[in-house]
Amino acid sequence: MLPFADAAPVTTVGEPALNIGIFAAFVVITLAIVIRASRNNKTAADYYAAGRSFTGPQNGTAIAGDYLSAASFLGICGAIAVNGYDGFLYSIGFLVAWLVALLLVAELMRNAGRFTMADVLAFRLKQRPVRMAAAITTLVVCFFYLLAQMAGAGGLVSLLLGINDKLGQGLVIAVVGAVMIIYVLVGGMKGTTWVQIIKAALLIVGAGVMTIWVLAVHNFNLSELLGAAQAVAPEGKDVLSPGAQYGLTDVSRIDFISLALALVLGTAGLPHVLMRFYTVPTAKEARRSVVWAIWAIGIFYLFTLVLGYGAGALVTPEKILAAPGGVNSAAPLLAFELGGTVMLAVISAIAFATILAVVAGLTITAATSFAHDIYASVIKKGQVSANGEVKTARITVVVIGIVAILGGILAQGQNVAFLVALAFAIAASANLPTILYSLFWKKFSTRGALWSMYGGLGIAIFLIIFSPVVSGGAINPATGLSSSMIQGVDFHWFPLNNPGIISIPAGFLLGFLGTVTSRRREDPAIAAEMEVRSLTGHGAEGATSH
Amino acid sequence: MSTDFQVTEQSERFQALKRRHRSFVFPVAVAFLVWYFAYVLLADYAHEFMGTPVFGNVNIGLLLGLGQFVTTFAITTWYVSWANRKLDPLAEEIRADLEEADK
Repeated sequence: MLPFADAAPVTTVGEPALNIGIFAAFVVITLAIVIRASRNNKTAADYYAAGRSFTGPQNGTAIAGDYLSAASFLGICGAIAVNGYDGFLYSIGFLVAWLVALLLVAELMRNAGRFTMADVLAFRLKQRPVRMAAAITTLVVCFFYLLAQMAGAGGLVSLLLGINDKLGQGLVIAVVGAVMIIYVLVGGMKGTTWVQIIKAALLIVGAGVMTIWVLAVHNFNLSELLGAAQAVAPEGKDVLSPGAQYGLTDVSRIDFISLALALVLGTAGLPHVLMRFYTVPTAKEARRSVVWAIWAIGIFYLFTLVLGYGAGALVTPEKILAAPGGVNSAAPLLAFELGGTVMLAVISAIAFATILAVVAGLTITAATSFAHDIYASVIKKGQVSANGEVKTARITVVVIGIVAILGGILAQGQNVAFLVALAFAIAASANLPTILYSLFWKKFSTRGALWSMYGGLGIAIFLIIFSPVVSGGAINPATGLSSSMIQGVDFHWFPLNNPGIISIPAGFLLGFLGTVTSRRREDPAIAAEMEVRSLTGHGAEGATSH
Repeated sequence: MSTDFQVTEQSERFQALKRRHRSFVFPVAVAFLVWYFAYVLLADYAHEFMGTPVFGNVNIGLLLGLGQFVTTFAITTWYVSWANRKLDPLAEEIRADLEEADK
């Protein structure tokens, strides 16, 4: 996805104490709500799926809160401010992707599963190997996504809190991680959902206010805003048409197609998105959730278009690139330009809340997948009480939280852009083919599922390791540093940054080949049961009542 | 006794539900993916065309991009109203019969 560039820190704008104060207020208020909401957490369905008691609109808002990460807020605004039109292409991919979830995945998944993606994939196939594979791809996707969020937090800290040394940044990452662990431990899915709902509302309202403000400065005339952004763009750069960032060479053009493929097919395979469908009582509410999510996310991305060009016009790309945090500082700098220190503090607090909410959603997904799929089903072979399972999930939350904090500290200053893009590419290559085949292809077999999941995962990671994101990337003449993760060596031979164009078709192909070559016949009775249940909602668990 | 899902699955009504569902979602999914990739390829390979001004500083590229938002919102609204009217009643009918048989 979008780079959290780490330019050398120069100055910090605004009042760090005020920034911290508003964020602390957010933490205190949401914590009180989490504690209140979690008093009824008794069963596994309560902890993992919030008792399936959220309404479609609530869940849809929470999905938006889960999906609109700091990268999509700060990153897309910054990309549009600096590279113009090309930044807009990201948001379109992220939005259109939701139609895959709406039409093909959400309702059928809700009807056929209980807590995790693996519930659906293992429904009519051999339980243990398929569950194990689905849990592994879930954990890998969550891990990369989590690491990107935590490392991104380090970049935000230097920009917004004026903490530039590694130790101080590491400390802030640890505090953010610790708060997140408390949310998820105490609140479970219910608490996490409320944090996401509040954060989504703040983010969309905050971005909306700034959007109206930017438009007001330009007499509510979009053309005038675009003209102003073009006027301050570097000599010879057309920020109003595509091609400023991609489209320089044949390789970068194909790289862009690869990214577009991963974005549009990845969303419906992201485990933390899929898990949100289990927090509503029926498939009809799952449908309403997606509708709310699509409107909230779509409107938000329209805001980012105005904010991006607004930041370009009012702050200028030159100043944005020179600021600590680089392109990611576009939105905060625009807030400062418009509303001074108070507006900056509000937007900064929202950015931190964003990281917190997304990380919490990822953590509970990973913990559920480990406890429900690996511990209860594979290790204990189902011989474990629901209480024992939830206890394991809570322990896993703490472990994942600590891993995320350490990973975030270690990944500081690294190019983390590839982590989120990789998460999407893996979700599209390893998860989506198996999900679609399970739901729509009666003959799909255990071997097909395993080949597709392990194959898609393996190929995506293999190609990434030998791509320019890990080694041998272009050297930035200003800093003398390569854009790659590892400096000074070059073992790359795969030319693209995103593996999607190879690994996604490979995932689909392997699922097909595994199925047609498989000798084991899956039980037709269970296949019929899954089909009937997924379309009619018969036997799907409804809301738990207290 | 437990439900025989194979009998339900083979039933005329269930097959009608399945056909109805697939004959909507598959063509629409193909259509929006084709439209999305057509847009991506234009943005990737036809910079001049996308830069053609339409009015003021607004060009074809921006209008096509906003068009993606419009079609996404439109397909969402269309699907929901279709599913509420055509899909849910049939699915509820079959589910009610299954629950009756479970008793």
